Amino acid sequence: MSTLAIDKAGPSRKVKLRSMSRDRTWALRWSYFFLILFAIFFLTPPVYMLITSLKSSAEISAATNPWWVFHPTLSNYVELLTSNQFLRFFWNSSMISIIVVIVTMLISIPAAFALARMKFWGSATLATGVFLTYLIPDSLLFIPLFKMLAVIQDFTGITLLNRWYVLVFIYPTLTVPFCTWIMIGYFASIPKELDEAALIDGASWLQTLTRIFIPVALPGLIAATIFAFTVSWAQFLYPLVFTTSIDQLVLPVGITTTLIKGDVFNWGQIMTGALLGAAPPLVIYAFLMDYYIAGLTAGATKG
Amino acid sequence: MADVVVEQGRLARAVSPRKKGASLRNVLGRKSTVAFFLTLPLILLITMLVLYPAFYSLYLATLNKAMTKFVGLGNFTFLFKRETFWMVVKQSCIFAITAVIFKALIGFIVAHFVHNIPGKKQRKWRGMLLVPWVIPPAMSTLAWLWLFDPSYSAFNYTLSFFGVGPIPWLGDTFWARFSVILVNVWYGAPFFLIMYLAALKSVPDQLYEAASIDGANWWQKIWHITLPMMRNIIAITTLFSLIVTFANFDIVRILTSGGPLDRTHLFATWAFQVGIQSSDIPLGACVSLFMVPILAVAAIFILRDVNKRGNEA
Repeated sequence: MSTLAIDKAGPSRKVKLRSMSRDRTWALRWSYFFLILFAIFFLTPPVYMLITSLKSSAEISAATNPWWVFHPTLSNYVELLTSNQFLRFFWNSSMISIIVVIVTMLISIPAAFALARMKFWGSATLATGVFLTYLIPDSLLFIPLFKMLAVIQDFTGITLLNRWYVLVFIYPTLTVPFCTWIMIGYFASIPKELDEAALIDGASWLQTLTRIFIPVALPGLIAATIFAFTVSWAQFLYPLVFTTSIDQLVLPVGITTTLIKGDVFNWGQIMTGALLGAAPPLVIYAFLMDYYIAGLTAGATKG
Repeated sequence: MADVVVEQGRLARAVSPRKKGASLRNVLGRKSTVAFFLTLPLILLITMLVLYPAFYSLYLATLNKAMTKFVGLGNFTFLFKRETFWMVVKQSCIFAITAVIFKALIGFIVAHFVHNIPGKKQRKWRGMLLVPWVIPPAMSTLAWLWLFDPSYSAFNYTLSFFGVGPIPWLGDTFWARFSVILVNVWYGAPFFLIMYLAALKSVPDQLYEAASIDGANWWQKIWHITLPMMRNIIAITTLFSLIVTFANFDIVRILTSGGPLDRTHLFATWAFQVGIQSSDIPLGACVSLFMVPILAVAAIFILRDVNKRGNEA
């Protein structure tokens, strides 16, 4: 558009501007070319999951072209979705993730509110501490946690190991610090005048939180919820260590341990299970991409 | 804000100075009390399930295998004498550093390409390229395991058309390390892509326009404008990814379980094998504790950067 407008200005400038716009179109073409290459690299595994999930065992072992389905069949899906075992994994995963999301929100929203608005003794230290906890990986804590659970189990007689509900207590250690951290960021960005006005009108702290902070910071809340859900859905190490009986397993562990029997790999079913297990986060991502990305970038950019 | 609350308190006391209920309400209504109760669940969670296990781990590491006797630094000296331990140290460093470098590079390059794409299409590309990060790593690693399968590898099938012989993706030391790093790069690069894309968008266009008027080429623009403007994000993202990659468990566990001959073990997977599978909990705790120094250094730098950002804003 700008080239058109300036075209009339004079022949000497026209040449230069045309070459510049030609440069730009070439840059765009190269960008597309490389993006397609990278997209192939990034999307090969999920697409290959889908391809394999549509094949029968006979076709897989026939070693025909692996990138093409010659006799598409839904038998893998039917088999998994009617198997009680697989549905049990799905159920366990869903229950744990939903409870963890609720627990996380109940812990981190009030804490973030207090840390963002009420300057009290040690509040700055606590905020830093929350951020540091977020940096402690699961692979550092699984052994002491395992031993702790065993000790508590011996001491109180309550079965903790090999029960899916124990994960509901453990997962918040992964989700709460990050959610609190980004909620502090969102809450801190709300103008002070808003809650001061509410306080002057006689609102209690609780009312300020539920009537003003939560509605205003709703995008942040959604981002935190998505984060908590995807983290608890994807967690692999803790359930692998803490649960062993088949009826207590969550999806990632269930697929890797039960569908792989010794040396016999039923790849059609494994890929179907993996795809079904990846589906909930993917669906959430497809519908709430902007919140997902906001949550992702907020961790490092909101300080 | 604080004044309002204090005045409310005074008011209440002035009206009914000797009522017990009022003073209780006063204490409950005080800001620090409210704040304490609001943060209490968080504090309890962190102390009981993060801090306590962390110190408990230190204690566990000083016991013998049956956990009946205090052996001091016995486990540590035992580890120092084992060749596998030094191999794990080396492998963890190779894995984390190589993977983070490639993730950062690919993220940086792809972010530029996505940034070039105009408007609405950019959203679609961004959405597509972030898919690896969204799929739970345990699930996507299974797909890679199948792609690397010794007899049915789809990669080897494709490569055979170019005359490249079957590659033992997970059977050979070099290729196993390569595959593990490849999968980690595949999984983590989209995170860098998103972070860098957000950073790129925050660089004002005028800077680039001014640079092109001054006759700067693309390399000079990147070196003198993009990189300095993005320095902080690059630092935080890299350090953060270093921690996560260093502590990685899922990918190696599913892809190779540490094999062939422990040549791909990382701290996390080896700690799992020693501590849980061979049920030598003290030694496993000891192994995972060796991650702490590196994590601590990275965490200190991140904290410095985050605080700096906070002060700037």
